[in-house]
Amino acid sequence: MKNIIELKNITKNYGDFTALDHINLEIKEGEFVTLLGPSGCGKTTTLRIIGGFEDPSEGQVYFDGKQINETPANKRSVNTVFQKYALFTHLSVYDNIAFGPKLKKMESHLIEKKVKESLRIVNLEGFEKREISTLSGGQQQRIAIARALINEPKVLLLDEPLGALDLKLRQGMQRELSNMHQKLGITFIYVTHDQEEALSMSDTVVVMNRGKILQIGSPEDVYNEPKTPFVADFIGESNIIPGVMKKDLLVNFANHDFECVDKGFKPNEQIDVVVRPEDIHVTSPNTGMIQAKVTSVNFKGVHYEMTASCNNFEWLIQSTKFRDIDETIGISIIPDHIHIMKRESVNG
Amino acid sequence: MGKKSYGSPYFVWMSIFIIVPMFLVLYYAFTIQTDQGMVFSLDNIKRIAEPLYIKVFVRSLVLALESTAICLLIAYPAAMILADKKFSKSTTFLVMIVLPMWMNFLLRTYSWLSLLENNGLINKLVISLGFERMQLMYNEGAVVLGMVYNFLPFMILPIYSVLVKIDNNVIEAARDLGCTSFGVFKKITVPLSLPGVLSGITMVFMPAISTFIISRLLSGGKVSLIGNVIEQQFLVLGDWGFGSALSLVLMVFILISMAFINKGSSGYEGGIL
Repeated sequence: MKNIIELKNITKNYGDFTALDHINLEIKEGEFVTLLGPSGCGKTTTLRIIGGFEDPSEGQVYFDGKQINETPANKRSVNTVFQKYALFTHLSVYDNIAFGPKLKKMESHLIEKKVKESLRIVNLEGFEKREISTLSGGQQQRIAIARALINEPKVLLLDEPLGALDLKLRQGMQRELSNMHQKLGITFIYVTHDQEEALSMSDTVVVMNRGKILQIGSPEDVYNEPKTPFVADFIGESNIIPGVMKKDLLVNFANHDFECVDKGFKPNEQIDVVVRPEDIHVTSPNTGMIQAKVTSVNFKGVHYEMTASCNNFEWLIQSTKFRDIDETIGISIIPDHIHIMKRESVNG
Repeated sequence: MGKKSYGSPYFVWMSIFIIVPMFLVLYYAFTIQTDQGMVFSLDNIKRIAEPLYIKVFVRSLVLALESTAICLLIAYPAAMILADKKFSKSTTFLVMIVLPMWMNFLLRTYSWLSLLENNGLINKLVISLGFERMQLMYNEGAVVLGMVYNFLPFMILPIYSVLVKIDNNVIEAARDLGCTSFGVFKKITVPLSLPGVLSGITMVFMPAISTFIISRLLSGGKVSLIGNVIEQQFLVLGDWGFGSALSLVLMVFILISMAFINKGSSGYEGGIL
């Protein structure tokens, strides 16, 4: 697969503020890529640079192998779906969707056919004559998607498109967007701060923070093998514990030596250990690797979420077994579930 | 006692100060004073058809339309600049636009006198530069100038307030779909700003067509508008009947004009502009 979009050394400054700090990113044709990060991490700026709404202060943007830094937004083969839909409220649904083709001076019967087809893709057949103000949020977002898709862009940019919808609707739209992506086969670049959305929809997740890319990988990779404490913390819940790498395959944290699967560290190197709450086994106190005292219990439906303290560290644990407050429990973790991260000089 | 009762003070207020006076205008317009007291008559209305008054009406309409058009031409670009997010001084400029409105209307119009007079500031400057003295006052141009000067803020502010509310994403969406800058202006900015343009037109046109003080001061009484004639009937000649009839016709005039403007807005893709 060739790269459809390449960002090389992109930096964006707003006065003294650095929104993007030497970003390098390659996006393959047909991929569903998600830019994930907290607000202000630079994900939207990245998208806007690809869309042509912002000029990078430094660096090059390549589209299909050609540099497009100087190409204005209206000449790029990408289309954007905006967070707040940005529909033209003075036009009907039909005229909104037909906006792009009309500008290209397409024949009207052809436009009519294409509008119909676009409305079918977003499941809103027969909505041509409706006014924008009569549509619900979910319907408006579908119209916005149809308005972008009708132009047959090679890349569709989606800027938190589901951010304004309620949970149920959002989940439905996530499935629909995934289906659309599979059917259309075009590249989707999707911006979100919702890690669950990112994990469930994407081929590739790009985790960003403070204008930098921290990790690029498949959803499984970024979840199971977070490269930095920030990624571990941002994607799912996790216990991040300082530790020491005694030697290959042996790590010490929480005053206990644990077997692990990592190697290649210096002897006694200071590291951080990530353990997901669902990977902790609750056992009886004497069979556990370490002991801890339960400090809180919450019923979450599928499991109980509890915190247990041990040597001043609060463990976050998800377990189907109920343990009451003040009970002493044993904790054991299998080597596969211990993730070792190098200490960062600057904490993300 | 329902919620309806909250509205009653307003209803009383409107009855006393709006509805009753309206009926008084109607009453005076359709009656004349005779030996038997006030009797119903169409004489006052018929008198308006005299060429002298028709001429005044037409002149008022033309000058009001001219002023409105000039205001729109000046205000739209100004409002666009003010609404531009890259323009950092917009608050300062807005205050400067509103500031003159804090001063007395008469005072502002008088100040134009001292600028435009035959021995006014402008003519002094022109003569000192070696040019001929210009006749700046006592003509329709001066009246239009006065109207534009006084009513321009009422055009700028409503247009500005709709332009500033246009979501930047909508503009970007249009560019994203292939619009050039001019295309964005024509297809997005103008249609979306139309409500502001319409209220601007209304707020300039209505006072412009009924003004009497601007025309009296800046034309020295040489350009007579309906407002002047109405004022004259009430304050000088004491002919309340004819004055009321003129006011009534002016109201109908404005009503028709407004209906016309609103009709332009309903099919607004090509309307007004």
